[in-house]
Amino acid sequence: MMRIEIVKRPQHSALFSALSPFIALFLTLIAGAILFSILGKNPISALYSYFVEPLTEVWSIHELLVKAAPLILIAVGLSVCFLSNNWNIGAEGQFIAGGIAGSILPVVFPDFQGWYVLPIMLLLGMAGGMAYATIPAFLKVRFNTNEILTSLMLVYVAQLFLDWLVRGPWRNPQGYNFPETVQFSDSAILPAIWPDSGRAHWGFALAIIAAVVVWFMLSRTLNGFEIKVLGRSSRAGRFAGFSAGRLTFFAFLVSGALAGLAGIAEVSGAVGQLRTSISPGYGFTAIIVAFLGRLNPLGIIAAGLVLALSYLGGEAAQISLGISEKSARIFQGIILFFVLASDSLIYYRIRIVSRLSDTALKGA
Amino acid sequence: MTMFEAILLTVATAATPLLIAALGELVVERSGVLNLGVEGMMVMGAVTGFAVAQYTGSAWLGMFAAILAGAAFSLLFGFLTLTLITNQVATGLALTLLGLGASAMIGESFVGLPGVRMDSLYIRGLTDIPYVGRVLFGQDPIFYISILLTIGVAWFLFRTRAGLTLRAVGDNHTSAHALGVPVVRIRYLAVIFGGACAGLAGAQLSLVYVPQWVENMTSGRGWIALALVVFASWRPWRILAGAYLFGAVTIGQLHAQALGIGVPSQLMSSLPYLATIIVLVLISRNKRLTLMNTPTSLGKPFVPDR
Repeated sequence: MMRIEIVKRPQHSALFSALSPFIALFLTLIAGAILFSILGKNPISALYSYFVEPLTEVWSIHELLVKAAPLILIAVGLSVCFLSNNWNIGAEGQFIAGGIAGSILPVVFPDFQGWYVLPIMLLLGMAGGMAYATIPAFLKVRFNTNEILTSLMLVYVAQLFLDWLVRGPWRNPQGYNFPETVQFSDSAILPAIWPDSGRAHWGFALAIIAAVVVWFMLSRTLNGFEIKVLGRSSRAGRFAGFSAGRLTFFAFLVSGALAGLAGIAEVSGAVGQLRTSISPGYGFTAIIVAFLGRLNPLGIIAAGLVLALSYLGGEAAQISLGISEKSARIFQGIILFFVLASDSLIYYRIRIVSRLSDTALKGA
Repeated sequence: MTMFEAILLTVATAATPLLIAALGELVVERSGVLNLGVEGMMVMGAVTGFAVAQYTGSAWLGMFAAILAGAAFSLLFGFLTLTLITNQVATGLALTLLGLGASAMIGESFVGLPGVRMDSLYIRGLTDIPYVGRVLFGQDPIFYISILLTIGVAWFLFRTRAGLTLRAVGDNHTSAHALGVPVVRIRYLAVIFGGACAGLAGAQLSLVYVPQWVENMTSGRGWIALALVVFASWRPWRILAGAYLFGAVTIGQLHAQALGIGVPSQLMSSLPYLATIIVLVLISRNKRLTLMNTPTSLGKPFVPDR
């Protein structure tokens, strides 16, 4: 009989701290190979078309950046929340709220044109996401209500609201009854970075900037220190005079703003209009990105690219191997499991003990 | 059948999955573990139940398979949080994300197929009694299981020694451990029970409520079940009341949509979610009361010292 025993390390393991994301990715690849074998596919060629093929062509690298932009933006915001022990899992809703608020200008006032349209849209998108994230923050601080459940419930509300908006008051009157708004005019489109080679838009640049700014805030400022102290121990934080309520608002506002920015950047950069659904679950996948990036904004850039690759890999595998593109979501789920499992190597030593040595030990 | 009876029946059908999933999570949380994977386990139960019923032609086999699937899936959560001591919130989310993804892939070929419906009970004479016959003696088997489950969980938690031990583990795992109680083993059993219940709740959706498979067909019911546990201050009978309240809200808004009262259907559909938020706010407003009812060790990691 074998038994797994967990022993707390006297100190965090710096080695596993750096290695854990790689261990997790490695284990995910193995699990993926097993999964593909079960589905009757050659695991090597399946993994190749999943994780290498999308990187071999310029246009698909552009697609990678298009998908990575919202993931990184949202996950950077979530890292502030998760580090401070605020479990905002409603980023999907804040993403939608940002997409809606940012679209007010091009949909309701399409005649409004000029260079200033885009900046206003981005700001409105951030404001929309922030406002939506304020609800769970306020309920948590004022009424002590569990933010996990409230932020998640608001995702469904936002999805239904968007659906109503696009089928109802904001539907394109010349759109043959399709549930879509008007196409945004050129001045409301977030431009491509390298328009000659593909459609990657400036949202990716915004994501990198956001990651660097938040990284600086977390690692070099008092505010960042406060976030980490209160996140690890609210008692210690209170003794230091930090206010948990204020921090909850701060964390939700930052992550709401970034999720909202991601929403309007996606709508204006990648889609060009509002539709009934504007996200393939970016707000939830970003939770995985945040953990795979070890809640470090710079790590999140890399993690965002990895998860974006899994979306593309799913599409590629569907075309070349006939595996459902939904396999990508299984991959994403498995990654998070392995990340969490290998993270425990940082704090705990894992020993596999056989019953035999156990009794021998007791005999001694 | 009168309109009133019909409404009562549909309310029960809408409340049953919430009730079963919440009862399972109640036992899990009473043992001190917070499993946010209810939605994922439920949707795995729904797809497994549908698939097995489809292949065997038996809704009952589908139901048992769903229970097993939920329990097996919850073991993944149990192994990570109890053996590897990972963060419970993050691991529960992972379970939900994986469950939604895996069920979408498994169920892809089932979309649009007519399902196998579990037959409702019919007892000649009793079921035909006017007004109460259908409601009391003419429902689907899972409805009766849900009522028995409520009685069973209430009896187990507050009337048995094992239940007392389980609550002790949830309230103070260190003391329980010091007294020689096998904390981790009890929590494993609680987590598996919670998974089995979530699987059964999922089977109710795909075998009784809407006998077909739709991607993400749980549509947040697992999360509402989690909210119900808080709403009920961790007490089984209050979960029953809460589940029927939510069932009534869900059915009420559907009827209002059918009557065409002029409010857009999407806004009506968001009512159950908004109601959840409002109820949570009302219940958690009293901080002292919440603290008194919450199992003290809930969500805290337990590392046995040796």
